[in-house]
Amino acid sequence: MGKSIRKHARRIVQVLWGFLSNGYVKGFLPGAPMIYQGPLKRFCVPGMNCYSCPGALGACPIGALQAALNERHRRFPSYILGYLLAIGVLVGRFICGWLCLFGLVQELLYKIPVPKLRIPEKVDKPLRYLKYAVLAVLVIGLPLFYRTDAGTGLPFFCQFLCPVGTLEGGVPLVLLNSVLRPALGWLFRWKILLLVLVILSSIVIYRPFCKYLCPLGAFYSLFQRISLIRIQVDPVKCTGCGTCGKACGMQVDPHKVPNSTECIRCGECIQKCPAHALSFTGLGKELHLRPREDSVHEKTSA
Amino acid sequence: MKRKGYLLPVALLALAVIMMVIGSLSGQMDDVLTKAVHICMECIGLG
Repeated sequence: MGKSIRKHARRIVQVLWGFLSNGYVKGFLPGAPMIYQGPLKRFCVPGMNCYSCPGALGACPIGALQAALNERHRRFPSYILGYLLAIGVLVGRFICGWLCLFGLVQELLYKIPVPKLRIPEKVDKPLRYLKYAVLAVLVIGLPLFYRTDAGTGLPFFCQFLCPVGTLEGGVPLVLLNSVLRPALGWLFRWKILLLVLVILSSIVIYRPFCKYLCPLGAFYSLFQRISLIRIQVDPVKCTGCGTCGKACGMQVDPHKVPNSTECIRCGECIQKCPAHALSFTGLGKELHLRPREDSVHEKTSA
Repeated sequence: MKRKGYLLPVALLALAVIMMVIGSLSGQMDDVLTKAVHICMECIGLG
């Protein structure tokens, strides 16, 4: 049982974190305040998590960043940027692989047994840069420079693109609170359309939002090669068999580029490597976060 | 552990902590709270 728990450790962490970060059960009950309004919302969760979700106990870092940039008398958002910098430098996109509820949703959708779609490299590669454009333009640029007549900005990413807010906030709030339904208009229909597209894509493509659109993943990816937690390849043990690349849902070749900007550090490659050549390291020391599957040699000798 | 390989991340981490402290002292955590305790109508598609 212990081995089974370790084998599924990442899924267990993802689910537990999902419940922990969205554990305000009262938000789902009739008659209660629609969302949590307590002091924990001073703190941001490290992954994408709309703070308008009825269950959300923390703030969304992307939402908080846009809110800071939207202010009429805005200040340099040192708290939010410092927080994002700290997470990025500590673990890079490890958050994407272990502590993002929307990432978990996409992974579970991908488990639906239908034929999968592999995007050709000549389309996939340039499309991966789209998330950086989303970060630069919708999260930072437009909220910073665009002003309404009232002198405030708009949270462009949250308002016009983010499917996380629609899934975690919009849909449950509208279902639970009839007072909101008269306000439904073209924007809600647009956001629902985007959400449906992401959900359908997630059934046939592994984590499409993470690959092509997520601005938070884009930000954390900037620190992949210098973060304190990294993936390391032992060149002596590595045979170049390519098992790690075949195991990777993000289409990374870990034995060639172990700390790729696209790696979400899920550890599947570490688990699957028959030569035990891959490992997580923290400050250069090996960390045992994922148990390795028995190598072919160990299986045959048993 | 190769020290040089970790000098930059450690320095950036220190900078991040300083930024968070400065932000907290200037009340930015309260700004986050103020925003997060209200339903973001734009975020849920109603704004």
